[in-house]
Amino acid sequence: MNNRNTLRHYADLVIVLFVKEMRVRYKSTALGYWWSILHPLAFVLVFFIAFRVVMRIQMEAYPLFLIVGLFPWQWFANSVGASPLIFLGNASVIKKVKFPRNIMPLAVVLQDMVHFLLSLPVIAGVMFWYGKSPFLSWLYGIPVLLAAQFFITYGIALVVSSLNLFFRDLERLTTIAVTLLFYLTPVVYSEAMVPEQYRSLIYLNPLAPLMISWRTLLLNGVLDPRLLAASMAYSLLFFALGTAVYGRLSWKFGEVV
Amino acid sequence: MKPSIITFRNVTKNYTLSRELGGGLKNFLFRLPRSVKEIRASGYCALKDVSFEVRSGETLGIIGRNGAGKSTLLGLVAGVLHPSAGEVEVNGKVTPLLELGGGFHPDLTGMDNIMLNGVLLGLNRKDVARKMEEIIKFAGLGDYIGQPIRTYSGGMLARLGFSVAAHLDPEILLVDEVLAVGDADFRKKCLDKIMGFKRAGVTIVFISHSMEDVIRICDRVIWIEERGVKMAGDAASVTGAYLGGG
Repeated sequence: MNNRNTLRHYADLVIVLFVKEMRVRYKSTALGYWWSILHPLAFVLVFFIAFRVVMRIQMEAYPLFLIVGLFPWQWFANSVGASPLIFLGNASVIKKVKFPRNIMPLAVVLQDMVHFLLSLPVIAGVMFWYGKSPFLSWLYGIPVLLAAQFFITYGIALVVSSLNLFFRDLERLTTIAVTLLFYLTPVVYSEAMVPEQYRSLIYLNPLAPLMISWRTLLLNGVLDPRLLAASMAYSLLFFALGTAVYGRLSWKFGEVV
Repeated sequence: MKPSIITFRNVTKNYTLSRELGGGLKNFLFRLPRSVKEIRASGYCALKDVSFEVRSGETLGIIGRNGAGKSTLLGLVAGVLHPSAGEVEVNGKVTPLLELGGGFHPDLTGMDNIMLNGVLLGLNRKDVARKMEEIIKFAGLGDYIGQPIRTYSGGMLARLGFSVAAHLDPEILLVDEVLAVGDADFRKKCLDKIMGFKRAGVTIVFISHSMEDVIRICDRVIWIEERGVKMAGDAASVTGAYLGGG
């Protein structure tokens, strides 16, 4: 096979696996794709009740604040949450057919990304409701943050899906880690609410700069260059890590699944 | 003499038992160097020092008891397993015939699964679309082709799987015990198709427990026993010795 044909086939693999993920995800549910919007909205309701109604958090337009944070978080959480079973759940193919397996997590992450993109009009709608309108800076800001989030999510998905074939404990650990990370990331609270002595620690969390950037971009139309640089750095770091782990282990997939 | 398409040179395959971490993850991490050494040593050997060649257009049968290492051998040819020692050389596009349900997604329709499998097995989408009608016709599943395959019976899945692989223009076809499932009618159709490939010069590696099929299809047979080649030769004599020696 020449290079061009190989590339063509690679693209076709991504497309069919992507289509498969899209079709399978909400198969046999009455509400179908609406779930990708309803699911994060349900979380908005949960956190609104817990933090606004019960714990009386002081913040203007808290539902909007929750929405701009929870939608991108759901993309990350869904992709990483699905990762442990990406290779494990496709054992029969991995044992028989040789193809670039890293396309499987790629298709999963792309699929969750598309669901996130579909939810952007909802964010815009809620902004109108609060008397705000979308910003021109979204035009370059959204693609940049999409890229950053894509690479960090894909990198982590590669690490988790590959390593879980060798250490099955990772499946449990992933669930716990994603929940823990969620509460350590300023999504349902703002970084300003973190006690001062801990505030700089936030940036040790690889998701924090990215999630704060999403919120400032979507709510105020601004991107902080330092946060953006940190998001990019984490993104590249995890993408490199994911590629390295996959590269080291993928030849063994056939015998451990 | 025709060129060699598949060459095994002193191939050994050991499996490391990576899942059996003696004292759990904690002990494993605390004594990492020793643990790694133990795991390396604890592997078991599936094939030992196996050498053979398959020439272009040849049909090679592989027989042997369950667990003798036949499927490991096929995995090595398919490139999903890597030899621990020795060398495996394969020149050409390998098409494995997927076993029951392998590579299929239960919630997708028969047609969706044909596309998914065709592309996984190496075709472009355009080519699968072009052959779709032919594949559907060969599978003979009627209106079921538009239904999710979780509604299929085992035999129907086998039909679908064989139909996809049979239309991929294989250069090297790997057949692992798939004929055992379908009904008599479809079995015959499969055998005819395999004979058609054979006449067309496709190189075939055929694993089966049916000596009748092996004799009918294969030019040469390798008998695998206790991790190595016990006997190699023409189909009649090797199957004869295998049946005779039990």
